[in-house]
Amino acid sequence: MSSLLRLATAGSVDDGKSTLVGRLLYDTKSVLADQLDAIERASVDKGMTTPDLSLLVDGLRSEREQGITIDVAYRYFATPNRSFVLADTPGHVQYTRNTVTGASTAQLGVLLVDARNGVVEQTRRHAAVLAMLGVPRLVLAVNKVDLIDYDEAAFTVIAKEFAAHATSLGYAEGTVLAIPVSALQGDNVATKSENTPWYSGPTLLEHLEEVPVAPDPHEAPFRMPVQYVIRPRTPEYLDYRGYAGQIAAGTVRPGDEVVVLPQGLKSTVESVDTADGSLDEAGTGKSITVVLSDDLDITRGDVIAAADNAPKVTDEFTAALCWLSSKQLDPGARVLVKQGTRTVQAIVEELNARFDEQTLSIVDAPEKLELNEIGNVSLRLAEQLPVDDYTVSPRTGAFIVIDPKDGDTLAAGLVGHRFSQLKGVTEPEGA
Amino acid sequence: MTTLEAAADAARDNLAALESEAIHIFREVAGEFDRPVILFSGGKDSTLLLHLAIKAFWPAPVPFPLLHVDTGHNFDEVIAFRDHVVEKYGLRLVVASVQDYIDDGRLAERADGTRNPLQTQPLLDAIADNKFDAVFGGGRRDEERARAKERIFSLRSAFGQWDPRRQRPELWNLYNGRHRPGEHVRVFPLSNFTEADVWNYIAREQVELPSIYYAHKRKVYSRDGMWLTEGPWGGPREDEEVHELMVRYRTVGDGSCTGAVESTASTVEEVIAEVQASRLTERGATRADDRMSEAAMEDRKREGYF
Repeated sequence: MSSLLRLATAGSVDDGKSTLVGRLLYDTKSVLADQLDAIERASVDKGMTTPDLSLLVDGLRSEREQGITIDVAYRYFATPNRSFVLADTPGHVQYTRNTVTGASTAQLGVLLVDARNGVVEQTRRHAAVLAMLGVPRLVLAVNKVDLIDYDEAAFTVIAKEFAAHATSLGYAEGTVLAIPVSALQGDNVATKSENTPWYSGPTLLEHLEEVPVAPDPHEAPFRMPVQYVIRPRTPEYLDYRGYAGQIAAGTVRPGDEVVVLPQGLKSTVESVDTADGSLDEAGTGKSITVVLSDDLDITRGDVIAAADNAPKVTDEFTAALCWLSSKQLDPGARVLVKQGTRTVQAIVEELNARFDEQTLSIVDAPEKLELNEIGNVSLRLAEQLPVDDYTVSPRTGAFIVIDPKDGDTLAAGLVGHRFSQLKGVTEPEGA
Repeated sequence: MTTLEAAADAARDNLAALESEAIHIFREVAGEFDRPVILFSGGKDSTLLLHLAIKAFWPAPVPFPLLHVDTGHNFDEVIAFRDHVVEKYGLRLVVASVQDYIDDGRLAERADGTRNPLQTQPLLDAIADNKFDAVFGGGRRDEERARAKERIFSLRSAFGQWDPRRQRPELWNLYNGRHRPGEHVRVFPLSNFTEADVWNYIAREQVELPSIYYAHKRKVYSRDGMWLTEGPWGGPREDEEVHELMVRYRTVGDGSCTGAVESTASTVEEVIAEVQASRLTERGATRADDRMSEAAMEDRKREGYF
């Protein structure tokens, strides 16, 4: 079982997400005495009688003043069996881009709804974004069950509606769980509630501890973008030439046949090095230095891949874009694409479609993409790039779009992603 | 497998993942920036930072110099450690001295004698003078609420300022280090480490630290609920009684506002046990500078502090 779970939380304004996250920190004893003293003082100042746990996580003064969360915040808690990195993403409509940011590395998404309101537009939108990014598992935390008198029937209606939506997005049975909770009272967060005898499932924390983390894609073919060429030129390592990188997919062993892209040069792995010694095998996520048996001209930006299952090398592809900037995207725009360790110039040739994640429908050939919109575009690149489809190999199918003028990050890109891959999406008529 | 063994396995996996993430960040910066520098105070986080940099580029030397913002209120043990490390790894050290700024009038001593807030100007000048374009810091997101929102690549304006609303979305492990002339990027490879992870990693890697992190006998006096020690920054007032206690430091900063904690933990294993049992955060326990106001860190970050 992997010991580190990366999760993202998302919810609408006032669903009590900060309180839920504060509750998780509090109940796992991740809150220390001085922090608790500080929030108790602040709560009393605000005229409250119990500590306001949301104050533990509302970080910036501008947020505390407005009572909202304006940016992704990262929280850490641990139990004896697992450490958790929680990306706490804000629920304001104008900050949906942060959900994409928080969810890009998440292995599990926790969506929060207010039991009195049930599944709302934001819930559907967030679930669609998580599905598109390939977050493998979802939890629906139906919060404030205390305010509906712990009513089983009302909870079941919400759970069923969400399950249907998740299924339509392609989530298989067993990957989605709804839990009745009260972040304020602590029901079913870390301790099983006596108020919901009809609920036999795990508490939120139990589920987070036990949920299988998506297995490392050991089956996936090896991919490693070269970050840096290590050439010590010291007497001891006079001829050493190693290619440093983090394994994006698959595993590598000495003796493996590899191909270096985009050049297409073939070679064999001589050793897999780290500062702690050479390895017999290294898997996804490990930072290593690869030494090849041939003297090749390899630089930052190249990709070392399994020779028998290499990515395609191309200077044009279609991709889904989550547009994250207030500057709109027009057809013909010149941008930079950073994929792996290479940044290349690109032209957005066509806007093929816009995905309405609310109605799960597709709008053909939009005139532009605006902040928080998701679209499908055709890109032409100034150089050949080795790319995989995002759904096959996320880390080599992911890219960011950068504004060449001011360096802003404009969009998150998913190579080859078509919205019709999400089941239940209506293709436009005539498509 | 027993529960204890399972927990030990889990901890190893977690540290391995954090190490690979940090190494990836160091290599990205080496590949994309012209003049990176590592902020190095001799404290445990910056020592860990350097340890990871050494691992990232092994068997080649670390391709960056170190920058120490020296408040002049130092612990002798820490300066000795700094110089020992620089010598051992053959590194280049740049020192930005707060004392120089006070001596020539560019900065004035504060009424409370604390120099941490005075570090910002010498730091920004050193960055500009040396044309550093990427500055590694040992900041962790678990330290404080404003830091929880920090990106791994954090863009700073030509005035060194941090604007939370201008932070770029950070997706996957695709860091965007683009910046305009005069701007620079602060980079935080330890972002996802917690205090417990730092100590567990120090134990696993047997990282050498300044001796004041471990229990030792020291003459201290109590002020604002903290055990302070005598030094070039001054000493006890008449009404403050001096005690000789077994203490250690959980953080190392400006001596005038960094407090010791009573402790008998003299090995890294004993420190880990103590950290796990502690009911105070390391900053809350020992740093007067973070107690100044509820938004103290947010304000100093905006000004261009670490």
